[in-house]
Amino acid sequence: MEKLITLKIDGKDVKAREGMTVLEAAKEVGIEIPTLCYHEKLEPYGACRICCVEVEKGGRTQVIASCGYPVEEGMKIKTRSERIDQIRKTIIELIAPSLSDGGVVGKVRELADEYGADTSMFMSTFKATPTRCILCGQCVRYCSEVVAANAIGFVGRGVERRVVFLPERASRFCPTCRECYEVCPTGKIAAETDGSIFPEFSIDDFLSGKM
Amino acid sequence: MSRINSFAELEKLRQEIKGKRDSNKPCITLCSGTACHTSASESVNEALERELDRQGLKGEIGLRRTGCHGFCEKGPLVVIYPEETCYINVQPEDAAEIVQGVKEKKIIERLLYSDPVTGEKIVHESEIPFYKNQQRLVFGPNRWIDPESIEDYLYIGGYSALSKALSQMTPDQVLEEIKKANLRGRGGGGFPAGRKWEETKNAPGEPKYVIVNCDEGDPGAYMDRSLMEGNPHSVIEGLIIGAYAIGSHEGFVYVRQEYPLAVENLYIALEQAEEYGFLGENILGSGFNFRVKVHRGAGAFVSGESSALMTAIEGKAGEPRMKYIHMSQRGYKEKPSCLNNVETWATVPFIINKGSDWFNSIGTEGSKGTKIFSLVGKVNNTGLVEVPMGMTLRQIIYDIGGGIPKGRKFKGVQTGGPSGGIIPERYLDTPIDFDELTKIGSMMGSGGMIVMDEDTCMVDMARYFVDFCCEESCGKCIPCREGLRVLSGILTNICEGEGKEEELQTLERVAEVMKDASLCALGATAANPVLTTLRYFRDEYEAHIKDKRCPAKVCKNLIDYYIDPEKCEACMICLRNCPTGAIQGGKNLVHWIEQDKCIKCGICYQVCPERFSAVEKLSGGPVPAPVPGREVVRKKE
Amino acid sequence: MIGISGIVNKIVDKYQGDRDMLIQVLLDVQSGLGWLPKEVLTEVSKQLGTPLTCVYQVATYYKAFSLAPRGQHLVRICMGTACQVRGSPLIRDRVQQLLGIEPGETSPDMKFSFETVNCLGCCAKGPVIMVDDAYYGPLGVSDVDKVLEKYG
Repeated sequence: MEKLITLKIDGKDVKAREGMTVLEAAKEVGIEIPTLCYHEKLEPYGACRICCVEVEKGGRTQVIASCGYPVEEGMKIKTRSERIDQIRKTIIELIAPSLSDGGVVGKVRELADEYGADTSMFMSTFKATPTRCILCGQCVRYCSEVVAANAIGFVGRGVERRVVFLPERASRFCPTCRECYEVCPTGKIAAETDGSIFPEFSIDDFLSGKM
Repeated sequence: MSRINSFAELEKLRQEIKGKRDSNKPCITLCSGTACHTSASESVNEALERELDRQGLKGEIGLRRTGCHGFCEKGPLVVIYPEETCYINVQPEDAAEIVQGVKEKKIIERLLYSDPVTGEKIVHESEIPFYKNQQRLVFGPNRWIDPESIEDYLYIGGYSALSKALSQMTPDQVLEEIKKANLRGRGGGGFPAGRKWEETKNAPGEPKYVIVNCDEGDPGAYMDRSLMEGNPHSVIEGLIIGAYAIGSHEGFVYVRQEYPLAVENLYIALEQAEEYGFLGENILGSGFNFRVKVHRGAGAFVSGESSALMTAIEGKAGEPRMKYIHMSQRGYKEKPSCLNNVETWATVPFIINKGSDWFNSIGTEGSKGTKIFSLVGKVNNTGLVEVPMGMTLRQIIYDIGGGIPKGRKFKGVQTGGPSGGIIPERYLDTPIDFDELTKIGSMMGSGGMIVMDEDTCMVDMARYFVDFCCEESCGKCIPCREGLRVLSGILTNICEGEGKEEELQTLERVAEVMKDASLCALGATAANPVLTTLRYFRDEYEAHIKDKRCPAKVCKNLIDYYIDPEKCEACMICLRNCPTGAIQGGKNLVHWIEQDKCIKCGICYQVCPERFSAVEKLSGGPVPAPVPGREVVRKKE
Repeated sequence: MIGISGIVNKIVDKYQGDRDMLIQVLLDVQSGLGWLPKEVLTEVSKQLGTPLTCVYQVATYYKAFSLAPRGQHLVRICMGTACQVRGSPLIRDRVQQLLGIEPGETSPDMKFSFETVNCLGCCAKGPVIMVDDAYYGPLGVSDVDKVLEKYG
């Protein structure tokens, strides 16, 4: 018999299975919390922070990432509030400069509109070349956890962090796969291929300083 | 050396060691921590060895290289036992005289510490004001032992706490003692160690792990380095005791590869501990098994964060992960793992030997025991100090630290590393206490205490910390990676004279989001230095933005170097040293700087003889026009 | 490269082929070769059974690793807070001027590599720089020339 946890999400009473995350529990009762780096086939990653919600327990309120937070008895979740909206708005504004090449499209566009983000807010302090990548890691994690090809990976650290293909792996696996094209929220992977079997940004580009 | 197989055998060995040593035999001890290395303690050691050999005194006078004594400003330090005579700033040339002095029981006056106010010479190490006001519990033993000698450690009572724990206490009793002692983590978080041990012990899952965090990354802090270099056995002993209490049989030490001496001494100590039977199977015949593996870091500050560290010792890139389930429940390989700081582990043997009541008698209500701090920056007596919790910042900086050098004025003291804040003068009487420091906007942190004076620019310091975090951010989450990029951009603008008033509001807004939404504590606390400097030194920000002026005269774009023609004695030193040939003038002709050619390197400012002090830094106003060709009227000396 | 698999094999053996020791393996390899050539990373991946993406991630994540050949002498400047307060930025600028390279770069004649380190732990003797294994501090701006001259 699975243990059931009782909690409240946006005032609604919810019964969830022990071990579920707040995001999953919300989804089951029809409450959609936005995400950018979440994928149901992948381990929760916690990189985008868009899914942040407020949790009140024991009289204290905290902000937590719902994709990774396990449900707890008696917790009260708020998926929208001034604080949460400010967080989501600012996150979109923070990634907008990286996307300026391909523009703010798809899910990111929707979020920008919903939360009133000013996408030019942080342009002046962005001195790098726009990458069209928000480093959500879905492509990397999908290739590793689902396909197990490990043809694409993270390199670097901080603002130098990038996603790159390894040509020697890509040439073996990518021609018959290309599933990462679908999972990429910004469309970068699909956009940055000139028809060749895998996109152009490789480990060699990174190491030679071109990225 | 054959393994010690019982508690009785250990005590027998200890007595044997004591019996072989004559505490009255003269011994020259030489501090050999890394800081003293930079001041040639290696050569001093060689010189002393040669001298002892030359004078045929090798058998009569001992020579011991010890760990760091803490008074790094005055190193290399030599302390002669049994008298405890302390010599400072020792050079290889002093070796002959020192050896002679020991032989003839004579003190070398010129090598003694002299009180800067009274001029009085002080002979004994513990009477030097720097040391007198400290309580060197955990750090003190550094001065008596050679870190490469386990027998030195045994001589001063080492591994007696382990023996006591294994022979007289159950794991639960050990745990209770640590809980009762109210030992709070010394790595920065201040989390109750006993509670963490208990959570790990009670968490479902085997095996359980205990881990030493020696990834000391706060810039300006080097307590853990010196403990690990100087007394690695104290850390190992604490770790074994903790493992026993928790029920762990495998431990790790994660140590920065930037600390080569610490790594080396740790390996030596572990090997000896295994050889003597303090590690491995059936320790001291107790039936308890425990092994330790070492992992070196490879240059990533964030890898010291608990979840990141666990990931690093799994052989992956050490980046943090969501920590809603504590590491004590699911840590290394998803198993219960207890991570504590070097100093925390090293304090454990004392608590076991002397009891939690004794430990509770030191410190404040909320913070028990002593803490080691690295007192550095603009302070006279820089070094490592250990004080009881509750001592005030003022007492540490002035009574122990000897105040600010060159008569400059105190401006602030930074604690808590990149997660902390800069504390202004009005809070100098704040006692050192986890909660008291948090109340005024900073935090205890790992122990870095950087003193700043009127020549330190607070905006520049805020930028420094933000840039540090920017470089060290793993880059995984958006608020931290991109938030720091924005903070860095704005602060750089302000420092370069391009700042705008409304950007201060942007700083605050981004900081708030970073605090709320970052994945780990690095992102969540990275804005603290900015927020506290805005809170306490807003006037400096305003000066940079509104007046294009840097009050401390640090920010290159906002300062000009200028030679005061009234003070210049045309000595040609700055002229010759200027790398761009920007200084004009000549012999007996007043020097002046061609501003177009000046790259603000600061060399002229540094080399101008102090008695002239003709080079000035100006900020926020026009530079007076030079008067070329003016002859110098030399003042008669 | 000749002997690469042999070099890697010896080190992997030392750690009993334990994947958890990836970082330790790379540290040991680099301390022998001076840097981490691509072929080495591929070999490490093969011998440890760790995906090449993970090896690259680790090798590019940590500051201690260099994926390009380094100069004969490694100049490291401490950027810790105590050194900062005592003027390390001026020292860094001076080294940059004299060597003609920025932190992270190697001089074209392969004589010097220049790096910043976030705290060497010699805070009382700041500002500090290291050239290879030797420490120099406390340094004034005008002392930098003399130190670097020693190494050509």
